Formats: sequence, structure tokens, C-alpha cells
Amino acid sequence: MGVLARASAAEIAERLGQAPPLPQHQRLRGPETGLAMVRGRQGGDGAPFNLGEMTVTRCSVRLADGLVGHAYVAGRDKQQAEWAAVLDAALQNPALRPALLEAVIEPLATAQAERAQRDARKAAATRVQFFTMATMR
Amino acid sequence: MAYVAVKGGEQAIENAHAWLAEVRRGDPAVPELSLAQIEQQMSLAVDRVMAEGSCYDRGLAALAVKQARGDLIEAAFLLRAYRTTLPRFGASLPVDTGAMRVRRRISATYKDLPGGQVLGPTFDYTHRLLDFALAAEGEPPPPAPEAPAEETAMPRVTGILAQEGLMAPEAQSDAEPGDLTRQPLAFPADRSLRLQALARGDEGFLLALGYSTQRGYGNAHPFVGEIRMGEVSVELVPPELGFPIEIGEITVTECQMVNQFAGSKTEPPQFTRGYGLVFGQGERKAMAMALVDRSLRSAELGEEATAPAQQQEFVLYHCDNVEATGFVEHLKLPHYVDFQSELEKVRQMRATAMREAAE
Amino acid sequence: MSTTLAGFADPVLEAQRCFRALLEAMSRPGRVQRLATGLEPPSPLSQAAAAVLLTLADSDTPVWTDAGAGAADWLRFHAGCPLAAAPEGATFLLACAAPPPLAALQAGTEEEPHRSATLVLQVAELREGAGWRLTGPGIESVHRLLVKGLPDGFLAAWTANHARFPRGVDVVLCAGDRLAALPRSTRIEEP
Repeated sequence: MGVLARASAAEIAERLGQAPPLPQHQRLRGPETGLAMVRGRQGGDGAPFNLGEMTVTRCSVRLADGLVGHAYVAGRDKQQAEWAAVLDAALQNPALRPALLEAVIEPLATAQAERAQRDARKAAATRVQFFTMATMR
Repeated sequence: MAYVAVKGGEQAIENAHAWLAEVRRGDPAVPELSLAQIEQQMSLAVDRVMAEGSCYDRGLAALAVKQARGDLIEAAFLLRAYRTTLPRFGASLPVDTGAMRVRRRISATYKDLPGGQVLGPTFDYTHRLLDFALAAEGEPPPPAPEAPAEETAMPRVTGILAQEGLMAPEAQSDAEPGDLTRQPLAFPADRSLRLQALARGDEGFLLALGYSTQRGYGNAHPFVGEIRMGEVSVELVPPELGFPIEIGEITVTECQMVNQFAGSKTEPPQFTRGYGLVFGQGERKAMAMALVDRSLRSAELGEEATAPAQQQEFVLYHCDNVEATGFVEHLKLPHYVDFQSELEKVRQMRATAMREAAE
Repeated sequence: MSTTLAGFADPVLEAQRCFRALLEAMSRPGRVQRLATGLEPPSPLSQAAAAVLLTLADSDTPVWTDAGAGAADWLRFHAGCPLAAAPEGATFLLACAAPPPLAALQAGTEEEPHRSATLVLQVAELREGAGWRLTGPGIESVHRLLVKGLPDGFLAAWTANHARFPRGVDVVLCAGDRLAALPRSTRIEEP
């Protein structure tokens, strides 16, 4: 679910083009946009406090075979939330799961990990190398 | 005369709105700004509007900046107004800033600490000379250099001090925090409510208050234990699932101020913290928030409260720029009747004073 | 908690329509309103009672119900409301069988009478023109309302509830797709 929440609707659409067709679904609730209150902790590790809200879009669907899928994704993209809910339901079907994991989830996860790695490498390049460290102590 | 008939003005207002729209767009010969441009190239304005509008949504904040012609307080106001139209689905689990995907992390207290000093995309070492190269449209800059990323953990500096027993521990609790968007503030406000108010408070106001604590209004000896900025994962527990799911990532900036504490009757001398956490990349705001959080803890730490930044009511009632702007700007609305009575009173007092002077 | 049944097909428009019907019912006590929604609520909820809860309840209003786990899950899922463990803790109550005593429910305070509970009560039949004689605000002279399937002792409990005005509980009676309201200001007399 985290992978689909971090992917844009366009990225999901592109992957779905490579995947077996998704089963028909009926909307149970949504897609609808609302807010989630984001919490932090006092001092980083103490009691919780309310930091502020963020937009969230959720959707719940039922497939013809009765499987129910739920999605909550950051932002306001209803198409993304609906696809995430349908995929959540379809991934519970052992017959569909391997193909969907391979065609949709794994490529998206790989792309996200690559982006995160690129940020990490740029951050590493701005890490200060104190070459006087040994004598300054 | 008690009342002045106030009607009309509709046409004037409509025409004023039309002119506002025209001025917002500016010279049509100049290309229009897209929301993507604002989001990408005015990203710190977007961050500030999200923080003070108390709503994390880059696209909405960019729209607010565009609509407000770059007036960031007006933009925060627009975002706050919009959020009231949305239902709340729930609250997230507290974000774990210890597990942040760090883009910047510095400490002013330890040079050599696990994970190191990571400068990130900062203005800090720029020379503050106007760069006229930016005035000419050119090619995008080359990609920033990369270096092998080590998988070293980045423990919190406060944790290092805590291992020595020199850092006052935070209260360990999962108590449901108060929410000032649901219940009006009441005093004394506990620390969770204070942090919520500060997180959405005006950067300029908090900056000035934080500065005042350094200049002697309040007894502060702060060090930046650590500042970190990057992406944290947000998780919530939908009631229909009953387990946490990740709904996305947000960028936050965290500041841990370390302050010397002389000790009290019940507590030994040690360090205490001031804490700042804001949406987006907002280092100045996070630092100011941490300074003011620490000064507002004076009562619970048994310190004498003498300075403005130590007074809860003063700080919390005045730090919200949307509330402040409403009350200040309402003064320009018609006060014709109030002023009529003032006018009569001053005329009377003046007549009396002149009569007495003549006698 | 989960459900496999849908809620309102168009949550905004249908909730608005239902709210309008409730407003009409509350301002004209005893007049029966029909609510045409496409709602297919789980058993044993009637269409009207389910629509009223979806319209009024949200994450700030704890709901108590005796309708069973399936119906409670459906409500929680679509209205987002927490479930109250005891009737005293609820803002809205949905009773399909004998309801908890009115005197036990939140009745507000003299300063804040609106902090009171609303009881949505499913009954067998609602018909105008016969039965009870209703008088009070919103009724020009008298409204007649026939209610079948009420628990014993309801009238005595209602008289006591009416007597503590401005405190008290409001009741919405639902049967099938029909509903009628009894605000606490309404007086009921036997025919």
C-alpha cells in the first residue's frame, strides 16, 4: 500500500498498461478527499502532539468475487486512490497476485527506491569530511 | 444620528475584484505562472504556506500563493479556509523523525557524530551576493554531485546526551493530545497544545520572540543540538483495517535546541530541550519554534517567568497570523457609527476644556 | 470492521436531501416525511433510519446501537462515527428493539441544551390522521400521529422528557422509508 500511496496516478496507469486487466469493481465508499491530522512527538520521542493536517483521498471497492479493497493515499488524486483500492482487493486473490506484483508493485517500488537512493547520494556528497578530526580531539 | 444607511458598493466591489484579477495576472505579454512552476521554483514559499496554513498539500499551497499574488499570509488564510470544507478521516500515528530519509542534518554541539554533518540544499554558505546569472533564462544547472551513500544510522543528539543521563527525558506517553482546531485554547495550555499552536504560528513573530530570548528577555542558553530535514513516512490506522498503513511521505524540518538547566529542588542540573517541527523545509521557523517552546516550559521547570516569550497567553494568543490579520484588518471595515459617537465625545470634551480655559 | 455494502451513491446530494426531510420533520412534529433514497442498508436497519444516521453522524458523534455487529460496522464505515459502549455516552442512538430509557441519555444542560442525544427509533408503522394528539411549537392546532410497534411505557417516559425542557432528548421515528420527529418541545396525548 505504501508503494501505491507514493506513486502518481500516471505512474500507476503506465504500469497497469503492462499488467493483466483488473477485475470489474463496485465502489463501496468514495473516492473522497478529506484530511488526516499528522502527529509528531514532543522532543521527537515524547508524548504525541498535533502538527497539522494533510490532504488524503480514500476509496473502498468490492470486486465481483467479493474481495474488498481499501486505500488511503496522500493528496487529492481520486484516480490514484481508486486504482490503489482495486489493486488492494485484487492482490488478495492468489490467482492475480503474482502477476500484479511483478507488473505493477515491484517496478514502482524499484523506481521509488532509486529516487530515494539518488537523494541519499546527493546528501552524502554534502557530508562534511573533517580531515583534522584525529588531532583536534 | 444613530445609523448611517450603508448600502450600495456592490458594483464597486465587483469592479475591484475584476481589477484585482487583472493586476494578479499582470502584463499579458509576460507568460503566466503555472502551479508546477510555483511548486518547483518557489518551493520555500509553498512550504511556509503549508506550515502556517496547517495543511500539507503542495498543489493547494501553490494555488493559494498564485491567488494571493505572493502574499503568504493571505495564502495561508486561503488554505485554512479550504481545509474547513474537508472531512477529517482520522489522525496519523506520530511520525518517526528518527527514521527520516535525511537530506540535511547538522549539529552545533558535536562535530563528530554518527551519520556526520550533512549540509543538504542550504543557503548557509552562500555569499548572499545577488546572482545576476539567474536574471537571464538559461540552461538548468548540472545535476548535483553524488557520493556513495552509507547506510549509517543517524541517532538523535538528544539520545547521545540521554545515554550519559545529562538530558531530561521526555514524558513517555501515548495520551490523546488536545487539538486547538476542535477545542478553543484554555490556559494553562499543556505542551502538546503549545507545540500545535507554534507549529502553525507566524514565522516572523516566532523568530522575533526567539531572538528576544537570546538577547536577554528570558534566561536562555541554547545550542542547536540537531537540525534535520527530509522525508518521513506517514501512517494511519483505518478503522476498517485495524492495522497501520502508509499513506505517503511528507517533508518536515526538525530542530532540537539543547538548553542548560541549573536544576531545581526536584531535578538535578542537566540539559533540557526545546523542540521545533514544521511542515516542509523551514529551518528558521523550526529553530524559532524550538527556542519559544523551551521558554514556554519555564513554569513546569520552576524557572521565573519574566519575559514575553515565557508567557503562554501572550505567545499563543498572538502567534497565529490568520487570527491576527483578521483582527487587525477588521479595523478598515466601516466603523461609521462608532466613530460618530467618538466624534461627539471629543467635541464635547474640547468645548468643556476651552470653556474652562477661558474662565 | 468491514462491510461489503455501499452507502449513499451520492453522499453529498443524498445527505442534503435527507437533512432537508429531517429539518421539515423536526419543524413540523408528527408530520410524516418520505425519504426516497437508493440505500440498501444491512438488516435490520430501515432505509429511513439508515439514511438519518449517515446524514447526521460523523467522527465527532459517538453512536450507540442495538442493531448488531453487521449494521454497526456498516455505520462506522460509512459515517465514520465511533461506537459508544453505553447509551449514556452516545450523541445518536439507533434502536431497533426497546430503546434504553430516555432518562438515561444525554439531556444537555440548562446552559447548553443542545448537548443532548437524539434517539432514532425504528417502529412498525407511521401514519398521519389517527392516533396520538400532538401539540406544541411547529403545530398550528393539533397533529394526529399513529405509531405502531412502540415499547410499553413510551408515553410516560416521553411526558417526563418533555417536562424537563429545555433539557431533554429528541426522537426520530422511522418505519421503512418514512420518518416523523418528536422534538422535546412536543406534547403527546392519547387519543
